[in-house]
Amino acid sequence: MRSVFPVLTVVVVIFIAWYAGAIALNARWADDKAERAGVELSLTELVADTWSQDKPKLPAPHQVAAEIWKTTGAMVAKGRGFSKRSLFYHSWVTFSSTTLGFLMGTVLGVGLAVGIVYNRTMDMSVMPWVIASQTIPIIAIAPMIIVVLNAVGISGLLPKAMISMYLSFFPVVVGMVKGLRSPQVMQLDQMRTWNASPSQTFWKLRLPASMPYLFTSLKIAMAASLVGAIIGELPTGAVAGLGARLLTGSYYGQTIQIWSALVMAATLAAVLVGLIGLVQRITLKRMGMAQ
Amino acid sequence: MTWLVAGLAAWALGWWINTTLARRPRTRITRTVVPVVFGLTVIVIWECVVRGLAIPSVLLPAPTMIAVRFIHATAILWEDFVQTAIKGALSGYVMGCGAAVLVAIAVDRSPFLQRGLLPVGNFVAALPIVGIAPILVMWFGFDWQSKAAVVVVMVFFPMLVNTVQGLQETDAMQRDLMRTYAAGYWQALFKLRLPAAMPFIFNGLKIATTLALIGAIVAEFFGSPIRGMGFRISTSVGQLATDLVWAEIVVAALAGSGFYGAVALIERAVTFWHPSQRGRG
Repeated sequence: MRSVFPVLTVVVVIFIAWYAGAIALNARWADDKAERAGVELSLTELVADTWSQDKPKLPAPHQVAAEIWKTTGAMVAKGRGFSKRSLFYHSWVTFSSTTLGFLMGTVLGVGLAVGIVYNRTMDMSVMPWVIASQTIPIIAIAPMIIVVLNAVGISGLLPKAMISMYLSFFPVVVGMVKGLRSPQVMQLDQMRTWNASPSQTFWKLRLPASMPYLFTSLKIAMAASLVGAIIGELPTGAVAGLGARLLTGSYYGQTIQIWSALVMAATLAAVLVGLIGLVQRITLKRMGMAQ
Repeated sequence: MTWLVAGLAAWALGWWINTTLARRPRTRITRTVVPVVFGLTVIVIWECVVRGLAIPSVLLPAPTMIAVRFIHATAILWEDFVQTAIKGALSGYVMGCGAAVLVAIAVDRSPFLQRGLLPVGNFVAALPIVGIAPILVMWFGFDWQSKAAVVVVMVFFPMLVNTVQGLQETDAMQRDLMRTYAAGYWQALFKLRLPAAMPFIFNGLKIATTLALIGAIVAEFFGSPIRGMGFRISTSVGQLATDLVWAEIVVAALAGSGFYGAVALIERAVTFWHPSQRGRG
Protein backbone atom coordinates (compact mmCIF):
# COMPACT_ATOMS: atom_id res chain seq x y z
CA MET A 1 0.00 0.00 0.00
CA ARG A 2 2.96 2.21 0.71
CA SER A 3 3.77 2.34 -2.97
CA VAL A 4 0.36 3.40 -4.26
CA PHE A 5 1.16 7.09 -4.11
CA PRO A 6 4.58 6.85 -5.82
CA VAL A 7 3.15 4.60 -8.55
CA LEU A 8 0.29 7.03 -9.14
CA THR A 9 2.78 9.88 -9.37
CA VAL A 10 4.81 8.05 -11.98
CA VAL A 11 1.67 7.21 -13.96
CA VAL A 12 0.51 10.84 -13.85
CA VAL A 13 3.96 11.99 -15.01
CA ILE A 14 3.76 9.54 -17.89
CA PHE A 15 0.37 10.92 -18.95
CA ILE A 16 1.59 14.52 -18.75
CA ALA A 17 4.62 13.60 -20.84
CA TRP A 18 2.31 11.87 -23.30
CA TYR A 19 0.11 14.95 -23.76
CA ALA A 20 3.17 17.18 -24.04
CA GLY A 21 4.68 14.81 -26.57
CA ALA A 22 1.46 14.90 -28.57
CA ILE A 23 1.72 18.71 -28.77
CA ALA A 24 5.37 18.61 -29.75
CA LEU A 25 5.01 15.93 -32.41
CA ASN A 26 1.75 17.07 -33.95
CA ALA A 27 2.39 20.81 -33.91
CA ARG A 28 4.06 20.91 -37.30
CA TRP A 29 1.08 19.34 -39.06
CA ALA A 30 -1.28 21.76 -37.31
CA ASP A 31 0.93 24.72 -38.30
CA ASP A 32 1.11 23.55 -41.91
CA LYS A 33 -2.62 23.21 -42.08
CA ALA A 34 -3.18 26.64 -40.57
CA GLU A 35 -0.69 28.20 -42.97
CA ARG A 36 -2.43 26.68 -45.96
CA ALA A 37 -5.76 27.93 -44.67
CA GLY A 38 -4.14 31.32 -44.11
CA VAL A 39 -5.04 31.63 -40.46
CA GLU A 40 -2.92 32.35 -37.45
CA LEU A 41 -3.32 29.85 -34.61
CA SER A 42 -3.38 31.00 -31.03
CA LEU A 43 -1.71 28.77 -28.48
CA THR A 44 -4.95 27.27 -27.20
CA GLU A 45 -6.15 26.57 -30.72
CA LEU A 46 -2.84 24.93 -31.57
CA VAL A 47 -3.04 22.69 -28.51
CA ALA A 48 -6.65 21.80 -29.20
CA ASP A 49 -5.76 20.93 -32.79
CA THR A 50 -2.79 18.73 -31.84
CA TRP A 51 -5.01 16.72 -29.53
CA SER A 52 -7.76 16.10 -32.09
CA GLN A 53 -6.14 15.28 -35.43
CA ASP A 54 -7.35 12.40 -37.59
CA LYS A 55 -3.97 10.86 -38.24
CA PRO A 56 -1.69 12.38 -35.62
CA LYS A 57 1.92 11.32 -35.23
CA LEU A 58 1.17 10.68 -31.57
CA PRO A 59 -2.50 10.47 -30.65
CA ALA A 60 -3.43 11.90 -27.26
CA PRO A 61 -4.60 9.41 -24.61
CA HIS A 62 -8.22 10.52 -24.79
CA GLN A 63 -8.28 9.90 -28.56
CA VAL A 64 -7.01 6.37 -28.01
CA ALA A 65 -9.54 5.84 -25.24
CA ALA A 66 -12.35 7.09 -27.50
CA GLU A 67 -11.23 4.75 -30.31
CA ILE A 68 -11.11 1.80 -27.90
CA TRP A 69 -14.58 2.61 -26.62
CA LYS A 70 -15.85 2.94 -30.19
CA THR A 71 -14.50 -0.50 -31.11
CA THR A 72 -15.45 -2.30 -27.89
CA GLY A 73 -18.11 -0.93 -25.58
CA ALA A 74 -20.08 0.99 -28.19
CA MET A 75 -20.17 -2.06 -30.48
CA VAL A 76 -21.35 -4.28 -27.64
CA ALA A 77 -24.09 -1.75 -26.93
CA LYS A 78 -25.16 -2.07 -30.59
CA GLY A 79 -25.14 -5.83 -30.18
CA ARG A 80 -22.23 -6.34 -32.58
CA GLY A 81 -19.59 -7.16 -29.98
CA PHE A 82 -18.03 -9.84 -32.14
CA SER A 83 -18.17 -8.24 -35.59
CA LYS A 84 -14.88 -8.09 -37.47
CA ARG A 85 -14.35 -4.45 -36.67
CA SER A 86 -14.58 -4.95 -32.95
CA LEU A 87 -11.41 -5.13 -30.90
CA PHE A 88 -12.99 -7.90 -28.84
CA TYR A 89 -12.97 -10.08 -31.92
CA HIS A 90 -9.31 -9.35 -32.63
CA SER A 91 -8.32 -9.78 -28.99
CA TRP A 92 -10.14 -13.11 -28.95
CA VAL A 93 -8.20 -14.30 -32.00
CA THR A 94 -4.91 -13.34 -30.40
CA PHE A 95 -5.97 -14.67 -27.02
CA SER A 96 -6.87 -18.10 -28.38
CA SER A 97 -3.56 -18.65 -30.12
CA THR A 98 -1.71 -17.24 -27.12
CA THR A 99 -3.32 -19.66 -24.69
CA LEU A 100 -3.02 -22.64 -27.03
CA GLY A 101 0.67 -21.88 -27.56
CA PHE A 102 1.13 -21.29 -23.86
CA LEU A 103 -0.44 -24.64 -22.97
CA MET A 104 1.62 -26.47 -25.57
CA GLY A 105 4.76 -24.69 -24.41
CA THR A 106 4.06 -25.51 -20.78
CA VAL A 107 3.46 -29.20 -21.51
CA LEU A 108 6.59 -29.39 -23.66
CA GLY A 109 8.62 -27.45 -21.09
CA VAL A 110 7.55 -29.54 -18.12
CA GLY A 111 8.09 -32.75 -20.10
CA LEU A 112 11.58 -31.69 -21.13
CA ALA A 113 12.40 -30.62 -17.59
CA VAL A 114 11.35 -33.98 -16.15
CA GLY A 115 13.45 -35.73 -18.79
CA ILE A 116 16.41 -33.51 -18.05
CA VAL A 117 16.20 -34.07 -14.31
CA TYR A 118 15.79 -37.85 -14.55
CA ASN A 119 18.00 -38.67 -17.50
CA ARG A 120 21.67 -37.81 -17.45
CA THR A 121 22.11 -38.22 -21.19
CA MET A 122 19.27 -35.81 -21.86
CA ASP A 123 20.59 -33.36 -19.33
CA MET A 124 23.97 -33.25 -21.01
CA SER A 125 22.79 -33.25 -24.62
CA VAL A 126 19.55 -31.26 -24.59
CA MET A 127 20.06 -28.58 -21.94
CA PRO A 128 22.82 -26.68 -23.77
CA TRP A 129 20.64 -26.62 -26.90
CA VAL A 130 17.62 -25.41 -24.99
CA ILE A 131 19.68 -22.47 -23.79
CA ALA A 132 21.25 -21.92 -27.20
CA SER A 133 17.82 -21.99 -28.87
CA GLN A 134 16.87 -18.89 -26.92
CA THR A 135 19.86 -16.82 -27.97
CA ILE A 136 18.43 -17.18 -31.47
CA PRO A 137 15.99 -14.48 -32.52
CA ILE A 138 13.27 -17.04 -33.17
CA ILE A 139 11.02 -14.42 -34.66
CA ALA A 140 13.11 -14.77 -37.80
CA ILE A 141 11.55 -18.18 -38.26
CA ALA A 142 7.95 -17.01 -37.79
CA PRO A 143 7.02 -16.18 -41.41
CA MET A 144 8.63 -19.47 -42.41
CA ILE A 145 6.55 -21.56 -40.01
CA ILE A 146 3.34 -19.88 -41.09
CA VAL A 147 3.95 -20.25 -44.82
CA VAL A 148 5.25 -23.82 -44.61
CA LEU A 149 2.43 -25.05 -42.40
CA ASN A 150 -0.01 -23.27 -44.70
CA ALA A 151 1.45 -25.16 -47.65
CA VAL A 152 0.86 -28.53 -45.98
CA GLY A 153 -2.70 -27.52 -45.24
CA ILE A 154 -2.43 -26.44 -41.62
CA SER A 155 -3.65 -22.91 -41.16
CA GLY A 156 -5.44 -20.75 -38.67
CA LEU A 157 -4.68 -21.21 -35.02
CA LEU A 158 -1.96 -23.83 -34.97
CA PRO A 159 0.92 -22.09 -36.79
CA LYS A 160 0.63 -19.02 -34.56
CA ALA A 161 0.39 -21.22 -31.51
CA MET A 162 3.60 -22.98 -32.60
CA ILE A 163 5.48 -19.69 -32.49
CA SER A 164 4.02 -18.92 -29.06
CA MET A 165 4.98 -22.40 -27.94
CA TYR A 166 8.56 -21.98 -29.05
CA LEU A 167 8.86 -18.67 -27.22
CA SER A 168 7.18 -19.91 -24.04
CA PHE A 169 8.72 -23.34 -23.45
CA PHE A 170 12.13 -22.03 -22.52
CA PRO A 171 11.30 -20.19 -19.29
CA VAL A 172 9.28 -23.23 -18.24
CA VAL A 173 12.15 -25.65 -18.86
CA VAL A 174 14.66 -23.52 -17.00
CA GLY A 175 12.34 -22.82 -14.08
CA MET A 176 11.15 -26.41 -13.77
CA VAL A 177 14.66 -27.89 -13.90
CA LYS A 178 15.62 -25.52 -11.12
CA GLY A 179 12.44 -26.32 -9.20
CA LEU A 180 12.62 -30.10 -9.56
CA ARG A 181 16.20 -29.97 -8.32
CA SER A 182 15.35 -27.68 -5.42
CA PRO A 183 14.71 -30.39 -2.75
CA GLN A 184 17.75 -30.70 -0.54
CA VAL A 185 19.80 -33.86 -0.24
CA MET A 186 18.43 -34.33 3.25
CA GLN A 187 14.83 -34.33 1.98
CA LEU A 188 15.73 -36.79 -0.79
CA ASP A 189 17.42 -39.03 1.79
CA GLN A 190 14.32 -38.84 3.93
CA MET A 191 12.25 -40.13 1.00
CA ARG A 192 14.74 -42.96 0.63
CA THR A 193 14.47 -43.93 4.30
CA TRP A 194 10.73 -44.12 3.83
CA ASN A 195 11.43 -46.53 0.97
CA ALA A 196 9.69 -44.24 -1.54
CA SER A 197 9.67 -45.34 -5.16
CA PRO A 198 11.02 -42.87 -7.76
CA SER A 199 7.50 -41.96 -8.82
CA GLN A 200 6.49 -41.32 -5.22
CA THR A 201 9.55 -39.10 -4.78
CA PHE A 202 8.50 -37.24 -7.88
CA TRP A 203 4.84 -36.74 -7.00
CA LYS A 204 5.25 -36.12 -3.29
CA LEU A 205 8.51 -34.23 -3.06
CA ARG A 206 9.97 -32.93 -6.32
CA LEU A 207 6.78 -31.73 -8.00
CA PRO A 208 5.35 -29.86 -4.99
CA ALA A 209 8.75 -28.34 -4.32
CA SER A 210 8.93 -27.00 -7.86
CA MET A 211 5.62 -25.10 -7.74
CA PRO A 212 6.95 -21.64 -6.78
CA TYR A 213 9.51 -21.88 -9.58
CA LEU A 214 6.87 -23.08 -12.01
CA PHE A 215 4.55 -20.14 -11.43
CA THR A 216 7.32 -17.58 -11.79
CA SER A 217 8.25 -19.13 -15.13
CA LEU A 218 4.63 -19.37 -16.22
CA LYS A 219 4.24 -15.62 -15.90
CA ILE A 220 7.25 -15.01 -18.12
CA ALA A 221 6.05 -17.72 -20.51
CA MET A 222 2.62 -16.12 -20.81
CA ALA A 223 4.09 -12.72 -21.69
CA ALA A 224 6.41 -14.34 -24.23
CA SER A 225 3.55 -16.34 -25.65
CA LEU A 226 1.50 -13.20 -26.31
CA VAL A 227 4.43 -11.61 -28.12
CA GLY A 228 4.69 -14.77 -30.21
CA ALA A 229 1.01 -14.70 -31.12
CA ILE A 230 1.13 -11.04 -32.13
CA ILE A 231 4.20 -11.54 -34.28
CA GLY A 232 2.73 -14.71 -35.74
CA GLU A 233 -0.16 -12.62 -37.04
CA LEU A 234 2.06 -10.25 -39.01
CA PRO A 235 3.00 -12.44 -41.98
CA THR A 236 -0.43 -14.00 -42.47
CA GLY A 237 -1.45 -11.04 -44.58
CA ALA A 238 -3.16 -9.24 -41.75
CA VAL A 239 -6.48 -11.05 -41.50
CA ALA A 240 -7.41 -10.95 -37.85
CA GLY A 241 -5.88 -10.44 -34.46
CA LEU A 242 -4.15 -7.61 -32.65
CA GLY A 243 -0.98 -8.09 -34.71
CA ALA A 244 -3.02 -7.72 -37.87
CA ARG A 245 -4.54 -4.50 -36.51
CA LEU A 246 -1.01 -3.19 -35.95
CA LEU A 247 -0.01 -4.08 -39.50
CA THR A 248 -3.06 -2.62 -41.27
CA GLY A 249 -2.77 0.44 -39.07
CA SER A 250 0.81 0.94 -40.16
CA TYR A 251 -0.09 0.43 -43.86
CA TYR A 252 -2.76 3.12 -43.81
CA GLY A 253 -1.16 5.46 -41.30
CA GLN A 254 -4.00 4.93 -38.82
CA THR A 255 -2.00 5.77 -35.72
CA ILE A 256 -5.01 5.82 -33.43
CA GLN A 257 -5.84 2.28 -34.51
CA ILE A 258 -2.26 1.15 -33.81
CA TRP A 259 -2.30 2.67 -30.36
CA SER A 260 -5.66 1.21 -29.46
CA ALA A 261 -4.45 -2.25 -30.55
CA LEU A 262 -1.34 -1.71 -28.44
CA VAL A 263 -3.35 -0.72 -25.38
CA MET A 264 -5.58 -3.74 -25.92
CA ALA A 265 -2.53 -6.03 -26.15
CA ALA A 266 -1.13 -4.51 -22.97
CA THR A 267 -4.43 -5.05 -21.17
CA LEU A 268 -4.56 -8.63 -22.41
CA ALA A 269 -1.02 -9.23 -21.15
CA ALA A 270 -1.82 -7.69 -17.78
CA VAL A 271 -4.99 -9.75 -17.39
CA LEU A 272 -3.35 -13.03 -18.37
CA VAL A 273 -0.28 -12.53 -16.19
CA GLY A 274 -2.54 -11.33 -13.37
CA LEU A 275 -4.64 -14.49 -13.68
CA ILE A 276 -1.56 -16.67 -13.31
CA GLY A 277 -0.56 -14.59 -10.30
CA LEU A 278 -3.99 -15.23 -8.77
CA VAL A 279 -3.76 -18.99 -9.36
CA GLN A 280 -0.26 -18.88 -7.93
CA ARG A 281 -1.40 -17.18 -4.76
CA ILE A 282 -4.31 -19.57 -4.21
CA THR A 283 -2.28 -22.70 -4.98
CA LEU A 284 0.71 -21.77 -2.86
CA LYS A 285 -1.55 -20.77 0.00
CA ARG A 286 -3.36 -24.10 -0.08
CA MET A 287 -0.02 -25.89 -0.24
CA GLY A 288 1.19 -23.88 2.73
CA MET A 289 4.03 -22.35 0.74
CA ALA A 290 2.87 -18.75 0.62
CA GLN A 291 5.53 -16.27 1.61
CA MET B 1 14.32 -45.95 -48.27
CA THR B 2 18.07 -46.22 -47.81
CA TRP B 3 18.11 -42.63 -46.63
CA LEU B 4 15.54 -43.36 -43.95
CA VAL B 5 17.50 -46.40 -42.78
CA ALA B 6 20.63 -44.26 -42.71
CA GLY B 7 18.75 -41.71 -40.62
CA LEU B 8 17.67 -44.39 -38.15
CA ALA B 9 21.23 -45.68 -37.99
CA ALA B 10 22.54 -42.17 -37.30
CA TRP B 11 19.98 -41.80 -34.54
CA ALA B 12 21.02 -45.09 -32.94
CA LEU B 13 24.70 -44.22 -33.26
CA GLY B 14 24.31 -40.75 -31.77
CA TRP B 15 22.19 -42.13 -28.95
CA TRP B 16 24.74 -44.84 -28.19
CA ILE B 17 27.70 -42.41 -28.18
CA ASN B 18 25.88 -40.00 -25.88
CA THR B 19 24.70 -42.59 -23.36
CA THR B 20 28.20 -44.04 -23.10
CA LEU B 21 29.72 -40.59 -22.74
CA ALA B 22 27.11 -39.47 -20.20
CA ARG B 23 27.88 -42.44 -18.00
CA ARG B 24 31.48 -41.34 -17.68
CA PRO B 25 32.40 -38.73 -15.08
CA ARG B 26 31.66 -35.17 -16.15
CA THR B 27 34.70 -33.42 -17.53
CA ARG B 28 35.06 -30.43 -19.77
CA ILE B 29 35.47 -32.69 -22.77
CA THR B 30 32.30 -34.73 -22.25
CA ARG B 31 30.41 -31.56 -21.47
CA THR B 32 31.22 -30.10 -24.88
CA VAL B 33 31.21 -33.31 -26.92
CA VAL B 34 27.79 -34.56 -25.81
CA PRO B 35 25.76 -31.54 -27.01
CA VAL B 36 27.81 -31.38 -30.23
CA VAL B 37 27.07 -35.04 -30.98
CA PHE B 38 23.41 -34.38 -30.27
CA GLY B 39 23.33 -31.42 -32.64
CA LEU B 40 25.15 -33.29 -35.41
CA THR B 41 22.78 -36.25 -35.05
CA VAL B 42 19.77 -33.97 -35.44
CA ILE B 43 21.24 -32.42 -38.59
CA VAL B 44 22.08 -35.82 -40.11
CA ILE B 45 18.59 -37.12 -39.34
CA TRP B 46 17.11 -33.95 -40.88
CA GLU B 47 19.14 -34.49 -44.07
CA CYS B 48 18.18 -38.18 -44.27
CA VAL B 49 14.48 -37.56 -43.65
CA VAL B 50 14.27 -34.76 -46.22
CA ARG B 51 15.97 -36.93 -48.85
CA GLY B 52 14.26 -40.15 -47.85
CA LEU B 53 10.72 -38.78 -47.90
CA ALA B 54 11.53 -36.49 -50.86
CA ILE B 55 10.18 -33.45 -49.05
CA PRO B 56 10.02 -30.57 -51.55
CA SER B 57 12.77 -28.07 -50.89
CA VAL B 58 10.20 -25.26 -50.77
CA LEU B 59 8.85 -26.73 -47.56
CA LEU B 60 12.03 -27.80 -45.84
CA PRO B 61 15.39 -27.66 -47.58
CA ALA B 62 18.07 -30.15 -46.58
CA PRO B 63 20.96 -28.83 -44.45
CA THR B 64 23.40 -29.34 -47.32
CA MET B 65 21.27 -27.13 -49.58
CA ILE B 66 21.20 -24.43 -46.93
CA ALA B 67 24.96 -24.67 -46.54
CA VAL B 68 25.49 -24.33 -50.30
CA ARG B 69 23.18 -21.33 -50.42
CA PHE B 70 24.94 -19.81 -47.42
CA ILE B 71 28.30 -20.01 -49.20
CA HIS B 72 26.96 -18.58 -52.46
CA ALA B 73 25.04 -15.73 -50.85
CA THR B 74 27.66 -14.49 -48.37
CA ALA B 75 27.68 -11.00 -49.90
CA ILE B 76 23.93 -10.52 -49.41
CA LEU B 77 23.98 -12.12 -45.97
CA TRP B 78 26.83 -9.90 -44.82
CA GLU B 79 25.04 -6.77 -46.05
CA ASP B 80 21.89 -7.81 -44.17
CA PHE B 81 23.89 -8.64 -41.08
CA VAL B 82 25.53 -5.20 -41.02
CA GLN B 83 22.18 -3.46 -41.60
CA THR B 84 20.20 -5.36 -38.95
CA ALA B 85 22.62 -6.64 -36.35
CA ILE B 86 25.27 -3.94 -36.27
CA LYS B 87 23.42 -0.76 -37.26
CA GLY B 88 20.00 -1.64 -35.85
CA ALA B 89 20.45 -4.01 -32.94
CA LEU B 90 23.90 -3.16 -31.61
CA SER B 91 23.55 0.63 -31.65
CA GLY B 92 20.10 0.41 -30.05
CA TYR B 93 21.42 -2.08 -27.50
CA VAL B 94 24.24 0.21 -26.42
CA MET B 95 21.96 3.27 -26.20
CA GLY B 96 19.13 1.46 -24.44
CA CYS B 97 21.26 -0.36 -21.88
CA GLY B 98 23.39 2.72 -21.24
CA ALA B 99 20.31 4.88 -20.68
CA ALA B 100 18.74 2.27 -18.41
CA VAL B 101 21.82 2.03 -16.18
CA LEU B 102 22.01 5.82 -15.91
CA VAL B 103 18.31 6.11 -15.06
CA ALA B 104 18.68 3.30 -12.52
CA ILE B 105 21.50 5.14 -10.77
CA ALA B 106 19.42 8.32 -10.75
CA VAL B 107 16.36 6.49 -9.45
CA ASP B 108 18.44 4.75 -6.83
CA ARG B 109 19.04 8.02 -4.98
CA SER B 110 15.33 8.52 -4.36
CA PRO B 111 13.34 5.79 -2.57
CA PHE B 112 10.16 7.57 -3.66
CA LEU B 113 11.00 7.18 -7.36
CA GLN B 114 12.12 3.62 -6.72
CA ARG B 115 8.82 2.61 -5.24
CA GLY B 116 7.00 4.34 -8.06
CA LEU B 117 9.11 3.27 -11.03
CA LEU B 118 9.80 -0.37 -10.16
CA PRO B 119 6.21 -1.64 -10.33
CA VAL B 120 5.63 0.37 -13.49
CA GLY B 121 8.89 -0.93 -14.98
CA ASN B 122 8.00 -4.50 -14.05
CA PHE B 123 4.59 -4.06 -15.60
CA VAL B 124 5.96 -2.58 -18.81
CA ALA B 125 8.60 -5.32 -19.04
CA ALA B 126 5.76 -7.87 -19.25
CA LEU B 127 3.98 -6.02 -22.06
CA PRO B 128 4.33 -6.97 -25.72
CA ILE B 129 6.58 -4.00 -26.49
CA VAL B 130 7.40 -5.18 -30.02
CA GLY B 131 3.98 -3.79 -30.89
CA ILE B 132 5.47 -0.34 -30.73
CA ALA B 133 7.54 -1.12 -33.84
CA PRO B 134 5.05 0.25 -36.42
CA ILE B 135 4.80 3.55 -34.55
CA LEU B 136 8.54 4.01 -34.30
CA VAL B 137 8.96 3.08 -37.95
CA MET B 138 6.56 5.94 -38.75
CA TRP B 139 8.46 8.37 -36.56
CA PHE B 140 12.02 7.57 -37.51
CA GLY B 141 11.70 6.45 -41.12
CA PHE B 142 12.49 3.14 -42.77
CA ASP B 143 16.23 3.02 -42.23
CA TRP B 144 18.17 1.62 -39.28
CA GLN B 145 17.36 4.55 -36.97
CA SER B 146 13.81 3.31 -36.41
CA LYS B 147 15.10 -0.22 -35.73
CA ALA B 148 17.56 1.13 -33.18
CA ALA B 149 14.70 3.05 -31.54
CA VAL B 150 12.61 -0.12 -31.22
CA VAL B 151 15.60 -1.88 -29.68
CA VAL B 152 16.16 0.99 -27.23
CA VAL B 153 12.56 0.76 -25.98
CA MET B 154 12.65 -3.03 -25.81
CA VAL B 155 15.87 -3.40 -23.81
CA PHE B 156 15.29 -0.40 -21.55
CA PHE B 157 12.84 -1.83 -19.01
CA PRO B 158 14.34 -5.28 -18.33
CA MET B 159 17.68 -3.54 -17.97
CA LEU B 160 16.27 -0.86 -15.64
CA VAL B 161 14.57 -3.38 -13.35
CA ASN B 162 17.68 -5.53 -13.12
CA THR B 163 20.02 -2.64 -12.41
CA VAL B 164 17.81 -1.12 -9.73
CA GLN B 165 17.57 -4.52 -8.08
CA GLY B 166 21.32 -4.98 -8.33
CA LEU B 167 22.04 -1.62 -6.73
CA GLN B 168 20.08 -2.75 -3.67
CA GLU B 169 22.25 -5.85 -3.31
CA THR B 170 24.77 -4.50 -0.81
CA ASP B 171 23.85 -5.04 2.82
CA ALA B 172 23.90 -2.50 5.60
CA MET B 173 27.16 -3.81 7.03
CA GLN B 174 29.05 -3.25 3.78
CA ARG B 175 27.61 0.24 3.36
CA ASP B 176 28.53 1.06 6.95
CA LEU B 177 32.04 -0.08 6.27
CA MET B 178 32.24 2.37 3.38
CA ARG B 179 30.94 5.08 5.69
CA THR B 180 33.64 4.31 8.26
CA TYR B 181 36.18 4.71 5.46
CA ALA B 182 34.63 8.19 4.93
CA ALA B 183 33.70 7.29 1.37
CA GLY B 184 31.49 9.77 -0.45
CA TYR B 185 28.37 8.80 -2.43
CA TRP B 186 30.24 8.41 -5.70
CA GLN B 187 33.13 6.47 -4.16
CA ALA B 188 30.71 4.08 -2.50
CA LEU B 189 28.84 3.77 -5.79
CA PHE B 190 31.85 2.97 -7.93
CA LYS B 191 33.81 0.88 -5.45
CA LEU B 192 31.05 -1.06 -3.72
CA ARG B 193 27.57 -0.84 -5.13
CA LEU B 194 28.20 -0.95 -8.88
CA PRO B 195 30.55 -3.94 -8.61
CA ALA B 196 28.03 -5.66 -6.35
CA ALA B 197 25.31 -4.95 -8.89
CA MET B 198 27.30 -6.45 -11.76
CA PRO B 199 25.76 -9.96 -11.66
CA PHE B 200 22.31 -8.38 -11.98
CA ILE B 201 23.42 -5.94 -14.65
CA PHE B 202 24.89 -8.78 -16.69
CA ASN B 203 21.73 -10.80 -16.24
CA GLY B 204 19.85 -7.87 -17.79
CA LEU B 205 22.47 -7.46 -20.51
CA LYS B 206 22.14 -11.12 -21.47
CA ILE B 207 18.34 -10.97 -21.63
CA ALA B 208 18.65 -7.80 -23.70
CA THR B 209 20.88 -9.40 -26.37
CA THR B 210 18.07 -11.61 -27.65
CA LEU B 211 15.49 -8.85 -27.29
CA ALA B 212 17.68 -6.52 -29.32
CA LEU B 213 17.89 -8.86 -32.30
CA ILE B 214 14.19 -9.71 -32.09
CA GLY B 215 13.31 -6.01 -32.03
CA ALA B 216 15.52 -5.17 -34.98
CA ILE B 217 14.18 -8.04 -37.10
CA VAL B 218 10.51 -7.49 -36.27
CA ALA B 219 10.77 -3.75 -36.93
CA GLU B 220 11.86 -4.61 -40.47
CA PHE B 221 8.58 -6.41 -41.08
CA PHE B 222 6.90 -2.99 -40.84
CA GLY B 223 9.00 -1.37 -43.53
CA SER B 224 12.69 -1.17 -44.31
CA PRO B 225 15.13 -0.29 -47.08
CA ILE B 226 15.82 -3.19 -49.44
CA ARG B 227 18.35 -4.84 -47.17
CA GLY B 228 18.26 -6.28 -43.68
CA MET B 229 17.56 -9.70 -42.25
CA GLY B 230 13.87 -9.16 -41.49
CA PHE B 231 13.27 -7.68 -44.94
CA ARG B 232 15.11 -10.54 -46.67
CA ILE B 233 13.21 -13.15 -44.71
CA SER B 234 9.78 -11.72 -45.41
CA THR B 235 10.44 -11.15 -49.13
CA SER B 236 12.19 -14.50 -49.65
CA VAL B 237 9.29 -16.31 -48.02
CA GLY B 238 7.08 -14.58 -50.57
CA GLN B 239 9.37 -15.75 -53.42
CA LEU B 240 9.44 -19.26 -51.93
CA ALA B 241 13.25 -19.06 -51.78
CA THR B 242 13.24 -21.08 -48.59
CA ASP B 243 16.91 -21.98 -48.73
CA LEU B 244 17.80 -18.28 -48.57
CA VAL B 245 15.40 -17.85 -45.63
CA TRP B 246 17.11 -20.68 -43.79
CA ALA B 247 20.54 -19.26 -44.59
CA GLU B 248 19.30 -15.98 -43.11
CA ILE B 249 18.04 -17.84 -40.05
CA VAL B 250 21.48 -19.41 -39.68
CA VAL B 251 22.99 -15.92 -39.75
CA ALA B 252 20.48 -14.77 -37.12
CA ALA B 253 21.33 -17.78 -34.97
CA LEU B 254 25.05 -17.17 -35.31
CA ALA B 255 24.64 -13.46 -34.57
CA GLY B 256 22.42 -14.19 -31.57
CA SER B 257 24.63 -16.79 -29.98
CA GLY B 258 27.79 -14.83 -30.79
CA PHE B 259 26.32 -11.71 -29.20
CA TYR B 260 25.19 -13.65 -26.12
CA GLY B 261 28.52 -15.46 -25.89
CA ALA B 262 30.44 -12.19 -26.03
CA VAL B 263 28.39 -10.73 -23.17
CA ALA B 264 28.81 -13.95 -21.17
CA LEU B 265 32.59 -13.83 -21.66
CA ILE B 266 32.74 -10.23 -20.46
CA GLU B 267 30.58 -11.25 -17.52
CA ARG B 268 33.00 -13.98 -16.56
CA ALA B 269 35.88 -11.51 -16.64
CA VAL B 270 34.02 -8.83 -14.64
CA THR B 271 32.20 -10.93 -12.04
CA PHE B 272 34.87 -13.59 -11.51
CA TRP B 273 34.24 -13.32 -7.77
CA HIS B 274 30.59 -14.35 -7.90
CA PRO B 275 29.70 -17.89 -6.71
CA SER B 276 28.05 -18.72 -10.05
CA GLN B 277 31.34 -18.02 -11.86
CA ARG B 278 33.73 -19.60 -9.39
CA GLY B 279 34.85 -23.19 -9.72
CA ARG B 280 34.41 -23.31 -13.47
CA GLY B 281 37.84 -24.57 -14.35
